[in-house]
Amino acid sequence: MNKVQNNKAWLLVLPVFLLVAFSAIIPLMTVVNYSVQDIFDQNNAYFVGLEWYQEVMSVPRLQDSLARQFFYSGTVLLIEVPLGICVALMMPTRGWTASLSLIVLALPLLIPWNVVGTIWQIFARSDIGLLGYVINGIGIDYNYTNNSVDAWFTVLLMDVWHWTSLIALLCYSGLRAIPDAYYQAARIDRASSWAIFRYIQLPKLQGVLIIGVLLRFMDSFMIYTEPFVLTGGGPGNSTTFLSQTLTKMAIGQFDIGPAAAFSIIYFLIVLLVSWLFFTTITHLDKDKVKEQSHD
Amino acid sequence: MAEIHLKGLAHSYSDNPQSSADYAIHEMEHVWHQGGAYALLGPSGCGKSTLLNIISGLIKPSHGSVLFDGVEVNEIATQDRNIAQVFQFPVIYDSMTVYDNLAFPLRNMKVDKDKIDSKVKEVAHTLDLTDILHRRASNLSADAKQKISMGRGLVRDDVSAILFDEPLTVIDPNLKWKLRRQLKQIHERYNITMVYVTHDQLEASTFADKIALMYQGKIVQFGTPRELFENPNHTFVGYFIGSPGMNFLSVEKLASGNGTEFCFDGIALPLDSNQKKILNDSSSSNLKVGIRPEFIQLSAVQHPESLPCEVIHTEDLGTYKIVTVLLGQQKLKIRLGEEQQAPQKTAFATFPSQWLKIYIDEYLVDTNSGDAGDE
Amino acid sequence: MTRNKRIGIISYSAFVLLPIYWLINMSFKSNEEITGGLSLWPQQFTFANYQVIFTDPSWYNGYFNSIYYVVLNSVITLVVALPAAYAFSRYKFVGDKHLFFWLLTNRMAPPAVFLLPFFQLYSSVGLFDTHIAVALAHCLFSVPLAVWILEGFMSAVPREIDETAYIDGYSFGHFFIRLFLPLISSGIGVTIFFSFMFSWVELLLARTLTSVNAKPIAAIMTRTIGASGVDWGVLAAAGVLTIIPGVLVIYFVRNHVAKGFALGRV
Repeated sequence: MNKVQNNKAWLLVLPVFLLVAFSAIIPLMTVVNYSVQDIFDQNNAYFVGLEWYQEVMSVPRLQDSLARQFFYSGTVLLIEVPLGICVALMMPTRGWTASLSLIVLALPLLIPWNVVGTIWQIFARSDIGLLGYVINGIGIDYNYTNNSVDAWFTVLLMDVWHWTSLIALLCYSGLRAIPDAYYQAARIDRASSWAIFRYIQLPKLQGVLIIGVLLRFMDSFMIYTEPFVLTGGGPGNSTTFLSQTLTKMAIGQFDIGPAAAFSIIYFLIVLLVSWLFFTTITHLDKDKVKEQSHD
Repeated sequence: MAEIHLKGLAHSYSDNPQSSADYAIHEMEHVWHQGGAYALLGPSGCGKSTLLNIISGLIKPSHGSVLFDGVEVNEIATQDRNIAQVFQFPVIYDSMTVYDNLAFPLRNMKVDKDKIDSKVKEVAHTLDLTDILHRRASNLSADAKQKISMGRGLVRDDVSAILFDEPLTVIDPNLKWKLRRQLKQIHERYNITMVYVTHDQLEASTFADKIALMYQGKIVQFGTPRELFENPNHTFVGYFIGSPGMNFLSVEKLASGNGTEFCFDGIALPLDSNQKKILNDSSSSNLKVGIRPEFIQLSAVQHPESLPCEVIHTEDLGTYKIVTVLLGQQKLKIRLGEEQQAPQKTAFATFPSQWLKIYIDEYLVDTNSGDAGDE
Repeated sequence: MTRNKRIGIISYSAFVLLPIYWLINMSFKSNEEITGGLSLWPQQFTFANYQVIFTDPSWYNGYFNSIYYVVLNSVITLVVALPAAYAFSRYKFVGDKHLFFWLLTNRMAPPAVFLLPFFQLYSSVGLFDTHIAVALAHCLFSVPLAVWILEGFMSAVPREIDETAYIDGYSFGHFFIRLFLPLISSGIGVTIFFSFMFSWVELLLARTLTSVNAKPIAAIMTRTIGASGVDWGVLAAAGVLTIIPGVLVIYFVRNHVAKGFALGRV
């Protein structure tokens, strides 16, 4: 787009800059500051360099929750992305049913996260919850409060319930943006439903899917409230994810130095993975074009 | 190979059509012959795209039937009708190369690989796509994309008709004529029935052997470009075809010394006796006389048959001039060749009676037989 | 095909609605009935749980607190993001790309990271336990997203419209409010949806930055866990009440959201 060079535009951006700087730069600097010092009290702080960083990276508890976190985010993406696409393909396209399904789907996205935890806590309990009752009723021993596999299953199911809608809504609007002529041309070309999906719908969804995957990765990687309410991180540490470990460390035990160092590492991991994902996808796309034009 | 017959066809988008206004297509009887190049011309909203989509099967007609070679295809799905359609905006499969795009319909039909290869290359050659065959289709220009859309129809041996829905809308003007010529060549080469929807009379007349002009859901005239120009069947045809469109004068009967005259604003038109008789016999009050701007002669000096008028405006368009004159209270457009001088102020217009067309209730009356001017 | 689709979407909707139904079901039961045995609908229908919430100020104030800071957050977000998004969509300026990218990285920061510094920052400027503190903290996440969404919508509006307006003698403010904003109304709808969504559902920061006066309803809900066990009925009723504002928001922006998602960025 032909944009005009005009540095006065900074005036328009200034409020955002000041607001975000106040809420981001100052706290971030504080965290960096903590992460390189050993603080006993207000007057006694010693510069320790990267010591905290080395220390936190060797704590097994943190390594465990990091591994758990990656596994969790990966699983969540593997389930929610394909399921979300399917749901979007099934949604009605016009009339009152379209509005209704839109509202129903958006519902879980607007429920406070701790209430999401509460809903599932109630729903999945084997004594008072429908889900737990039914699962036990068909002869499977299920209790998410003391079996770690059951706990994992419940947390995953909750996440799928909570967030698949986001992918579905993104894809739904992506699908709506495809002109009818594409489907008509495909019918004339005798494309099968699979071919229509593979060569028309999926390529047109690429943009929204990149955003959807990024958002889902980031948010699932930062997940805190829902499993905290549902399982409290248990049984044992089996559903304790990174944010919870971090909060425990910073507020529960007041290990500010290591917690700060760990925060920085945490932030960098999210940034790095997001960046890697984004550049790989855009590069793959470019390479394909290049390769084919040299063919 | 197919002859397309629209039999008693009508279409309404409402489930329960009450008045004629509810119909997008009024009942019609029409045949597109095998191998013809046809244009379906009309202003936007006249129902031409609806008609095209009925032929391709994307819309199911509410009344009547569509016959391909005498076989009714109403219940046959688009993909089984052996037709191809090119849309207003190019439809290409973004993630594929040009080659894969062209091969796509054949692959869907499970044609074997060698056959696909030779067919794709042949079509690519015809359409000048050979150089970009292995490029990704998404990054090409609009005209290349539109050629690919068409190519997907041409690769199939079973295609007997290609329907074009305003295919040049998004093409650069300087490429339009090139693509139109290519279309024409392809038509000659493949002997395929082609129906071309457009609102541009120039596109229609350069592409088609015969033009069907649509107006308010009806085909008002079907004929060669020349027929549509010289003998417009309906005042709308006269107005729509030609640039500028036909001049129409509402006339009324006036008794005078030497018999009945037909006048507007008190000016008698030089009609021949046959024309006068037809007008005289009509009971309608909607009488019009039309003449093409090309056929009015304009001169600075008076002739025996000429009528004095006032020049109010001259537009010089390079190869021709359009002069607007005031005759009585009527503004008339007159087209002059570039070598002709446009008179200033007062001028004299002559109306050759063989180019004066009589319209009763908006329809042309054939002055030779006296019947309504259907084919 | 279409029949399978219908079955599919109905089953998925059932999956979404069932847990919510269970919550509603439970909110109309007494605790004795809840723990006494499983029933698909309330046997002794009661409003007692809702009565607890509506008669106790420490409960219902939680709702007012939440709504207050959520609205505040949405307003602040829109007011600062609109001009910024306009600048990004229309002008080139020193550092524009870096600034845009930096804004987006904030969306990637885990709220848990900011917990302690936020607490200290807002305490030190005397904003601890105020609605504005929560609203400002949430802005860190909602503003970058808002700028991003709005920039996408604004870029879709041709520049010529701005230029024509100036030629016609409109002042910038007049043009922006009277002509430009209506053109991107879908974008504003989507932005409100997202700011609301984020601020209403977030608990970690909201809980950390408040103690009494601005405590959100979501944090108050933890009170139901007392010495005598969990007060399930009241917990469920409180949960049901937190869903209602969300339903209202979706209902009002539903048409914008479908269109908005597709036209804009998100």
